[in-house]
Amino acid sequence: MAIEFMNPLFEVIRDSDRCIKCRVCERQCANEVHKYDADLDKMISNEMTCVDCQRCVCLCPTHALKIRPNENQFRENANWTHQTMDEVYKQAGSGGVLLSAMGNPKDLPVYWDRILLNASQVTNPPIDPLREPMETKTFLGKKNQGITYDENGKAHYDKTPYLELDVPIMFSAMSFGSISKNAHESLARAATELGTFYNTGEGGLHRDFYKYGANTICQVASGRFGVFKGYLDAGAAIEIKMGQGAKPGIGGHLPGMKINDEISRTRMIPKGTDAISPAPHHDIYSIEDLRQLVISLKEATNWEKPIIVKIAAVHNVAAIASGVARSGADIIAIDGFRGGTGAAPTRIRDNVGIPIELALAAVDSRLRDEGIRNDVSVVVGGSVRSAADVVKAIALGADAVYIATSALLAMGCHLCRSCNTGKCNWGIATQRADLVKRLNPDIAAERLVNLVTAWDHEIKEMMGGMGINSIEALRGNRLMLRGVGLTQKELDILGIQHAGE
Amino acid sequence: MKKVYVNEDWCLACHLCEFYCAAANSGAPDMVKAFKSGKKPVPRIQVEEGSDVNFAVQCRHCDGKACVKGCITGALSIKDGVVVCDESRCVGCYTCVLSCPFGCIVIDEEGHRIQKCDLCTKNHDGEPACVQGCPNKAIVFEER
Amino acid sequence: MNYVIIGNSAAAVGTISGIREIDPNGKITVISDEKYHTYSRPLISYWLQGKVTDKNIYYRDPDFYEKNGVETVFGKKVTKINTENKSVVLDDGISVPYDKLMVATGSKPFVPPMNGLDKVHYHTFMSYDSVKAIRSEIKPNMKVLIIGAGLIGLKAAEALSAYNAQITVVDMADRILPSILDVRAGVMMQKHIEKQGVRFILGTSADELTEHSAKLKNGVTVDFDMLIIAVGVRPNTELVSDAGGKVERGIVTDNTQKTTIDDVYAAGDCTVSHDASSDSDKILALLPNAYMQGEVAGRNMAGRENHYVNAIPMNAIGFFGLHIITAGSYDGEEFIDETENTYKKLVFRDNTLKGYILMGDVKRAGIYTSMIKERIDLGEVDIDMLKDRPQMMMFSKERREEKLGGIFR
Repeated sequence: MAIEFMNPLFEVIRDSDRCIKCRVCERQCANEVHKYDADLDKMISNEMTCVDCQRCVCLCPTHALKIRPNENQFRENANWTHQTMDEVYKQAGSGGVLLSAMGNPKDLPVYWDRILLNASQVTNPPIDPLREPMETKTFLGKKNQGITYDENGKAHYDKTPYLELDVPIMFSAMSFGSISKNAHESLARAATELGTFYNTGEGGLHRDFYKYGANTICQVASGRFGVFKGYLDAGAAIEIKMGQGAKPGIGGHLPGMKINDEISRTRMIPKGTDAISPAPHHDIYSIEDLRQLVISLKEATNWEKPIIVKIAAVHNVAAIASGVARSGADIIAIDGFRGGTGAAPTRIRDNVGIPIELALAAVDSRLRDEGIRNDVSVVVGGSVRSAADVVKAIALGADAVYIATSALLAMGCHLCRSCNTGKCNWGIATQRADLVKRLNPDIAAERLVNLVTAWDHEIKEMMGGMGINSIEALRGNRLMLRGVGLTQKELDILGIQHAGE
Repeated sequence: MKKVYVNEDWCLACHLCEFYCAAANSGAPDMVKAFKSGKKPVPRIQVEEGSDVNFAVQCRHCDGKACVKGCITGALSIKDGVVVCDESRCVGCYTCVLSCPFGCIVIDEEGHRIQKCDLCTKNHDGEPACVQGCPNKAIVFEER
Repeated sequence: MNYVIIGNSAAAVGTISGIREIDPNGKITVISDEKYHTYSRPLISYWLQGKVTDKNIYYRDPDFYEKNGVETVFGKKVTKINTENKSVVLDDGISVPYDKLMVATGSKPFVPPMNGLDKVHYHTFMSYDSVKAIRSEIKPNMKVLIIGAGLIGLKAAEALSAYNAQITVVDMADRILPSILDVRAGVMMQKHIEKQGVRFILGTSADELTEHSAKLKNGVTVDFDMLIIAVGVRPNTELVSDAGGKVERGIVTDNTQKTTIDDVYAAGDCTVSHDASSDSDKILALLPNAYMQGEVAGRNMAGRENHYVNAIPMNAIGFFGLHIITAGSYDGEEFIDETENTYKKLVFRDNTLKGYILMGDVKRAGIYTSMIKERIDLGEVDIDMLKDRPQMMMFSKERREEKLGGIFR
């Protein structure tokens, strides 16, 4: 066997004083890191395959386990870091494109953390959300441009389809295939209970979940998997996916081994075949083409459903959004470069796209400047990590946010970023029946509801502090924001002042 | 009456219920001590593992109560519907093992007597330890 | 209602429990020729061995009679059932009237005729008093001769080995425990008991007894300091037969446990039971059987019709740490799995499990027992799993759902 240049990334630290050899770590590790050795009467570890998913740590009944970064390091080099070298070794060994999962983990600026919120003092007093009404309901879709009156004085207005959200938070697209059926069910049940929406992703809608249609956004992506009339009719809205923050400019690839019976039926492709989403929609090469698809989908669904167009945050996102707004779409979803994915080429994930905060501010400003802001709602995603991020996003100009990584975390994900292996120990990003079983939707749906409910409380608290009592009044209210430690250029793009100004 | 039920759809065969059960009934204050101070505690719940189905089984506190009726010593009795064992009176004849249609009477081989689920009525208040320890809500404590 | 129960063991306690389920107030009188609070007969060997204390030999708590509103007449023997005026007559001449009578008289040790028996001092092994007598006489290293290698004789041997007695067991049969074990299992158990220092002389019987020795028919002479005769038991049926009730090998009852005499019921070792596994009538002298018959009888006596069905022979017993659980009948197609320390025999007939022997590893045996009792068709279970070990996994999901009472989606 050739020499393996790479080291295990992690070390399993097992406290033998605590370990009772119950073997739960062994039974629960799909990567086969732990093993009971009967001759030695002890647990042993093979860390080479450990991904630091923390499943064993969480289930160990005596807290005997720790997973730590491997202390063994290559010689220190600020340029040639351990990881950079590892990647070279890996590619020299495999000859392949590096694959990663979840969002960009690089140390790039997180603008949410450089933006601070305002609060009322003395004048314009704060509002106590526990005692006074506070509205976090919001509507997505075109805002009515005006009312006309007929000769009899009767008011008329064009009522366009819209989405009504009890909280300004939706679960963003994750396909059945990239995540498990139980994960999908959890999201669907939580969205229903919360009065918001989850998104099918590009994998179609499992027949068991049509009953959650009123809280479902059905996505149409470049692969058109699972798209048919019944699917379009099933949801409350349709989303055309033009791009994804984690991998702008490229398509997707669900390997054939994950295409089991149910996924095959749902995606309407043969079992065992690779599901390849092309990088572009082959029928869309212009805004006019996009408009054709938007109109087609509206036509197909009797003009009853709002159409969302989802784009990745890229350099000229504002101009693109302007085009999208003119395509007839009701909602624009923008996905920032930290957005997650089940699998993406590492170089794409880590180097393509721009931060959602800047993209959002640019788009909102551009649409306002062009006088078309009311033609569309803007939803942003791509690493919205907390209620504070939600409030800041809305104040920057968003109508609502999409969350996915946070939702996965609520269900048990520990961001080991190994979704692409298909061996998710938490039963989320896997199709292996024994692993899928680990995610009980009774538990996961409840945790999702808890998370969003908690955020809703916090949003109300922060809005109350600012003396604001509705999402409508917070939206685009950039006066409530101040930057800290940002350059003038960044502040200009964000359209906010520096703290102290 | 509230009883422990297992939903095999969610059982992962992690066997944690067995360990939580054994520790809770060991008399030791925590699991490490329960398993590391000599005699290995015996769980009263047992996981059956199959190729794609797993489930845990423990005393059903059933209507038949063949174990109580057959007990030669009177160690087994019924308290508020719960079949309990006075271990000081058990002589390990295993007539109850012979009688239990679910195979839920557990043999404590070192102690030469039996142990059985008493819904944790003797060791602490609240939900039985197996229910609390199940990571996937495969074991529930409810009225049916 | 006025209930009278003759006897004070498992069947009697079962009867009390059955009556009280339905009739909380009726008068219950328990009459026993023994003077003790209800005690567990199978525990006498454990008591002798020192594994059970005076306190724990009792089958129910001290307040059992009080709690159940039972009057006791202890140390008095019933001599006659007077069916005409519905009363029983005690040995002191007192007459006790009944509305419903339970005969739970159990059995007595059978002592076969042997030459010289009238000249030797011997013990039987049946009651608390019998082991108290043994206890008072036993001394370390005594030579003990036990006649009978059945359940009682071997339990006596185990108990006495705690006194370092030098034990010899003699039986007419050529193997031990013939009533519950087959030849192979019997040999395994015999070897195990022999390792504990017990000597067996099988296939012969005592020809001539003298004060301290027994001459066997095979010519061997065995010296003893103590003689225990444990060859078997005979049901106490005289009260019922004298009163005109039908008696065969034991008292005959219907499946409500009523004898052929009106208002007279019987339960336990004195009765004939129907063995569902072999579809034949026999005496099933087993404690669980006695209790459950008593319970059924009690319910019927108190006016709720109830039937005792699905009785089968079954035994759970251990000797010197080697445990046996057996049930059903052994007539049919056999599956045998044997290791150094374990033995398993499953017997199939009519596409059902009819009987089994488990030795060494007896875990979860009741699952097999229930298969026999419920006559579960083998087509419903995974045969390989069935043969592997008793497990709920062998049933279909539906059957499991029904058995475990869970709701499975």
